[in-house]
Amino acid sequence: MDLCTCDVLVVGGGGAGLRAAIAVAETHPKLRVAVISKVYPMRSHTVSAEGGAAAAIKAEDSLDAHAYDTISGGDWLSDQDAVEAFVREAPEEMLRLEHWGCPWTREPDGHIAVRPFGGMKIERTWFAADKTGFHLLHTLFQTTLKYDAIQRYDEWFVTKLLVEDGRCQGVVAIELTTGNIQAITAKALILCTGGCGKVFPFTTNANIKNGDGMALAYRAGAPLKDMEFVQYHPTGLPFTGILITEAARSEGGWLLNKDGYRYLQDYDLGKPTPKPVLRSMELGPRDRLSQCFVKEQEKGRTLEGPYGHYVHLDIRHLGEKLIDTKLPFVRELCLKYVGIDPVKEMIPVRPVVHYMMGGIHTDIHGATPLPGLYAAGEAACVSINGANRLGSNSLTEILVFGARAGQAAAGFAAEQPGASPALAAQAQDEYRRLEESFLRKSGGKERIATLRADMHQIMEESAGIYRTELVLKEAAGKLKRLQERFQDLSLDDNSYTFNTELTAALELSYMLDVGQSIIQSALERRESRGSHQRADYPQRDDERFLAHSLAYRAADGAPRIEYGPVTITRWPPGKRVYGR
Amino acid sequence: MPPTVALTVTRYRPERESEPTRQTYEIPYRKDWVVLDALNHVKDNLDGSLSFRWSCRMGVCGSCGMKVNGTPKLTCATFLSDYMPGPIRVEPLDYFPVVRDLVVDLTDFMRKLKQVKPWIIRKEEKAPAEGEYLQTPDQLDTYKQFSMCINCMLCYSACPIYGLEPSFIGPAAIALAQRYNMDSRDEGKAERLKILSEHDGIWQCTFVGECTKVCPKHVDPAGAIQQYKLTSATDWVKSLLLPWGTR
Repeated sequence: MDLCTCDVLVVGGGGAGLRAAIAVAETHPKLRVAVISKVYPMRSHTVSAEGGAAAAIKAEDSLDAHAYDTISGGDWLSDQDAVEAFVREAPEEMLRLEHWGCPWTREPDGHIAVRPFGGMKIERTWFAADKTGFHLLHTLFQTTLKYDAIQRYDEWFVTKLLVEDGRCQGVVAIELTTGNIQAITAKALILCTGGCGKVFPFTTNANIKNGDGMALAYRAGAPLKDMEFVQYHPTGLPFTGILITEAARSEGGWLLNKDGYRYLQDYDLGKPTPKPVLRSMELGPRDRLSQCFVKEQEKGRTLEGPYGHYVHLDIRHLGEKLIDTKLPFVRELCLKYVGIDPVKEMIPVRPVVHYMMGGIHTDIHGATPLPGLYAAGEAACVSINGANRLGSNSLTEILVFGARAGQAAAGFAAEQPGASPALAAQAQDEYRRLEESFLRKSGGKERIATLRADMHQIMEESAGIYRTELVLKEAAGKLKRLQERFQDLSLDDNSYTFNTELTAALELSYMLDVGQSIIQSALERRESRGSHQRADYPQRDDERFLAHSLAYRAADGAPRIEYGPVTITRWPPGKRVYGR
Repeated sequence: MPPTVALTVTRYRPERESEPTRQTYEIPYRKDWVVLDALNHVKDNLDGSLSFRWSCRMGVCGSCGMKVNGTPKLTCATFLSDYMPGPIRVEPLDYFPVVRDLVVDLTDFMRKLKQVKPWIIRKEEKAPAEGEYLQTPDQLDTYKQFSMCINCMLCYSACPIYGLEPSFIGPAAIALAQRYNMDSRDEGKAERLKILSEHDGIWQCTFVGECTKVCPKHVDPAGAIQQYKLTSATDWVKSLLLPWGTR
């Protein structure tokens, strides 16, 4: 097998990965940096982000206010040193994007415009209409094209991390066009592979979000942190799970139950007012709003359609002009996928799996405990998001921590010797595994789609908005059996050219590992905090659980949970107060 | 009996077949389904060996461009109901080499995209600490439309010029060049003009306008090309009249 080599290898070509690659190219121009991605970079899921990216730049705002909103929004599970670094570096990163050409929406005088977002005391969300992620990703991708130092492996699928002499030194990957299985060695590696929403059946996430990087790191011995914290976004379209941005509410949209009543007022989120009030009602945090939906459903006050229960998001009173300038994508999506015009009709919405607060355990430089391995973006858990991420912090996070991880990985790579000679043998073993377990395998009777549907059902039943001990325990057993059934997989396709059945099988195996880590972490956190609500332990328990969970993969493949400290600098744990 | 529809799909597996063939699958018809849902139904339940690209399923990642009954479409935004009672024919995009089944090779576009320098070019860059470049909403509007391109390749597949002359730099790349040319922060127009005025640049376009018709994001590449022809013709005349430079 041939070995390709580079100095820093970035896995994933979304916002975090591209920002990391630019950081390497700018800080260490002599290093050879490569981006390897299973899709062309502009297809990455950053493209789907809608509402905006937070950074304090207005005179009335402050870094402390951004930090406090983030920390209280995260129910005090955020590491406050990380949050402080994040809010401090956010404005500069956003300005850099502006200089690179991002078409941010402007004030009449030409300055950057900001909009409010959920859980924020002051408006600080920069936006490019309601296609912020799309513009951010394309700006970053097009900017990377000017750096000749950045090499790309487009449509290469990573199957394994190579670890030798105690450090991560590269990957084995499949070039999809040809089916060639190849090792790429590197002195440092940055995983920017995004989240794993596809572990669940109903999600805003794209098809590619299977927790690839999380599973690769986990298998290589790095722990996954805070995996029990799964964000349900309160406003997804039934059936498709397409996201209706929080900006629809920040511009003044209302959530109404079947009686046309703004039900959030019944859940300690403030009093309804005609104009939006920050940190109140529809501008409460996502975890609380999604929980209110469940309560409302229990009271029989939601509507019922062919795809389950839903409520209404009403933006009609905002008027056509505002909708077309600030929420054009919302209108486009509703017209296309629901056949309704939100200028005249109410939008049916329900909570939908959106984002993983948890991910690969890193420090504030993006370094994992495994030397040479870094991570950034949704794949990573630094943690700034704690138990619940605030809307518009994730786009900023991929820039700030993408850049940090790029710089740190470059610094590490510059000091490393060449690749260990044993890597070739390891790569050969991986080649053999792919051949024997998939491409040349005969027999087997399980279909990918069946196993995936079973996984979806288990995850939805057990790791939804409210969880209990018994159901989680059962789910852990069921996932273990699903792992065994996976060994009996049968593939229709044994060709090498663009074999998407093979990649779907590998993605399913990543999701099963990640799913197990979510269930076990949720089972052992016997408290309720942020997005993790235990019906049997309804209170937050700082005494026992003001701690990050760390899921390690044990020798038998099952997750083993340990806990690590939360860094508190200036904001001691307090009560989350909204609407007052 | 629940309603069904015939889905005829182009198959090409270079390890098995020397020529593309067609295969028809009978799939359930559901009013909410897009063509991509039908393809996934085939892949999940009937034939796991069918290959196609997809990701966001909300019309923004640009992965799932294919021809549906002869017209380039994003299959995640094209409903079965518009083609009933069928049959529905799904083929790979025209004018690109087919890698396999419905997957086409985008290498040519990726090379052309880089050629037009789709990034902000400035004589002097300012540091982030100096703040943002001011840009009024009107200035933003002049290029905003061209910044909406999702690189889905439908316009190339619809462009008869690209079909005849693969060296043509093509609608999306020109629209993106124009996106930066029109951006008040950019100073790279002259550099891009050199590339676009060459023989495989804008002059090949005969303003057929098919690119604009198929664009799912209303980018109007044809408009960008015409706009650009006009400015570069003017610049060319100016360069004759004012040989010491036009800037």
